[in-house]
Amino acid sequence: MADALRAGGTPAIELTGVVKEYSGHGEVVRAVRGVDLAIEEGEFFSLLGPSGCGKTTTMRMIAGFEEPTRGVVRLHGQDVTDVPPAKRDVNMVFQSYALFPHMSVYENVAFGLRRRGVDRDELDRRVREMLEIVDLAGREKRRPRELSGGQQQRVALARALVNRPRALLLDEPLGALDLKLRQAMQIELKRIQREVGITFVYVTHDQGEALTMSDRIAVMNDGLVEQLAPPREVYERPATRFVAGFIGTSNLFSGVVDRIADGLAVLRPGPGDRVLVPVEGKPAEGDTIDLTVRPEKIVITAEEPGGDVSKVRGTVAEVVYLGTSYSYAVTLGNGAEVTVFQQNAHSSDSSAERGDPVWLSWQPRHSYAMGS
Amino acid sequence: MRRVRAALAPYLLVLPGGLWLTVFFAVPLLAMLSLSTQEGNLVEGFRQTFRLQNYVDAVTLHWEPLVRSLLYGLATTAAAIVIGFPLAYWIAFKGGRRKSSYLFLILLPFFVSFVIRTISWKFLLTDEGVLLGPLKDAGVLPQGFHVLATDFAVIAGLTYNFLPFMVLPIYVALERIDPRVIEAAYDLYASRTQAFLRVVFPLALPGVFAGVLMTGVPAASDFVNASVLGGVDNTMIGNVIYNQFRASEYPMGASLSFILMALMLLGIFSYARALGTEDVLEVAAR
Repeated sequence: MADALRAGGTPAIELTGVVKEYSGHGEVVRAVRGVDLAIEEGEFFSLLGPSGCGKTTTMRMIAGFEEPTRGVVRLHGQDVTDVPPAKRDVNMVFQSYALFPHMSVYENVAFGLRRRGVDRDELDRRVREMLEIVDLAGREKRRPRELSGGQQQRVALARALVNRPRALLLDEPLGALDLKLRQAMQIELKRIQREVGITFVYVTHDQGEALTMSDRIAVMNDGLVEQLAPPREVYERPATRFVAGFIGTSNLFSGVVDRIADGLAVLRPGPGDRVLVPVEGKPAEGDTIDLTVRPEKIVITAEEPGGDVSKVRGTVAEVVYLGTSYSYAVTLGNGAEVTVFQQNAHSSDSSAERGDPVWLSWQPRHSYAMGS
Repeated sequence: MRRVRAALAPYLLVLPGGLWLTVFFAVPLLAMLSLSTQEGNLVEGFRQTFRLQNYVDAVTLHWEPLVRSLLYGLATTAAAIVIGFPLAYWIAFKGGRRKSSYLFLILLPFFVSFVIRTISWKFLLTDEGVLLGPLKDAGVLPQGFHVLATDFAVIAGLTYNFLPFMVLPIYVALERIDPRVIEAAYDLYASRTQAFLRVVFPLALPGVFAGVLMTGVPAASDFVNASVLGGVDNTMIGNVIYNQFRASEYPMGASLSFILMALMLLGIFSYARALGTEDVLEVAAR
């Protein structure tokens, strides 16, 4: 992956074999267990994972607040592994903002420029311009605590961006905002990123946020990157069980390959059932494979569907009305439970009731075989 | 009924403290104020003559220890900041899980009586004592060298006694600083010195302010240190006031007390003004 990207130019940020270990109480905690990443110039890149997966530690190593135990961090091709944060050309937007409480909005934003000795006129122009971009013009004299959460968030953004860093690191920046504001800020962040054209590295545990904004996502778990791909691919073709489970709702099947034909493996979970999975070479007849199907890809019908589709029989265990859709829980013959989303487009859609025997079917391409 | 009780609750809560302060602070204070303008002596009794000349006499006769007390108070405060700030800083940021143990160590001397502590300093610093004796015998110090009965001895004693009052509030202020705010300063190109001067110190100011109040005021009005560690040239206003009352010169003692109080309030208010009181108090309130 890293090699393929390097061909297209020097990556903005590159991590090679990065490991971070903490020792304490006589044991070693491995927060990051070997991460290789190449983040392209101008990319909106997300590090996504549950808390404790190493995403924040990874970001802090890029910012320079943590030194890797092993491995190399490069910014624009330059090895910065031992360079302190003050001398790195990246800026950070902290979780809970970390604004200077004793300074006005203006002084907060001007802080970096002052440290770099930017002359007074240019400083004033750049600070005001940046406050304009984040829609805070006229609030220069306010103290951070006099601002709403969303406004503080924008001050934090302005304070970092005004320095025109070559990359901006954002550590769960929307975590403290309520849902409506968070969604508005997601769009706002994406707009600002396009406007300034700076590489954004975004740390979040919120899969929706990562899917909405990112060009690419690195899904992390237990100190390792499980998958690095564009949002669509991460969602549609999760590489591992963990990714499939962490991102969205996912149905996991596990079965023995009955036969292979035309690049499709055929599984027979129960009598009359047939699951078709596209496979690339590796599995042979008799192998066990894991596969996922997203709930919205599955069609629920009373009669057995025709054509070359995957189809399994089951019984409706639960129907949940969600407004725009229905969610069905269907129990299969082997006891496995499958979630199905059905758009609430026609009034006849809710035909299946609790206890009904039904057929579930989906296109072969919607089955996705995973690694372990 | 419940509403009446709820409305009364705040007053009931204030009542014990309010009563205590009225009886034992406000009333004696007014009595002293009245005393400060009276005339007379113990034998013939004191009469209220509203004699403001008492204040003029107090200043003319005792301006020297008055000025000395203020200077000692300032020196003690300055020394306590210089010694106390790094101490508080270290405990707050590098103390790790032992923070409370370190704070306890700072408070440990308080378990020994103030007077005993000061007298033990006298033993330490006395001319042929454990400290100076061997140094003199070894010829490191001249035979005539002495520490007791100098400005240094009194200021050192005051600093020692009041240091915890400087360390604790500064510690509390530093402890409340979000470490990410300091990281943000580094991230925005600040050097260690700049991060300290622009971010850490300003945010610790409410603590320093409280520390200055709690150290400077009692230090300037102290009399134990001067009488135990000082000599005739180190008399503080506290000693003078104490002696006036012992000699039954009540009006003089009272007027000196009020002069000291006025000077101190004046100093504190102009200090708060210079720092920007609102800011200090506001930041402190969070």
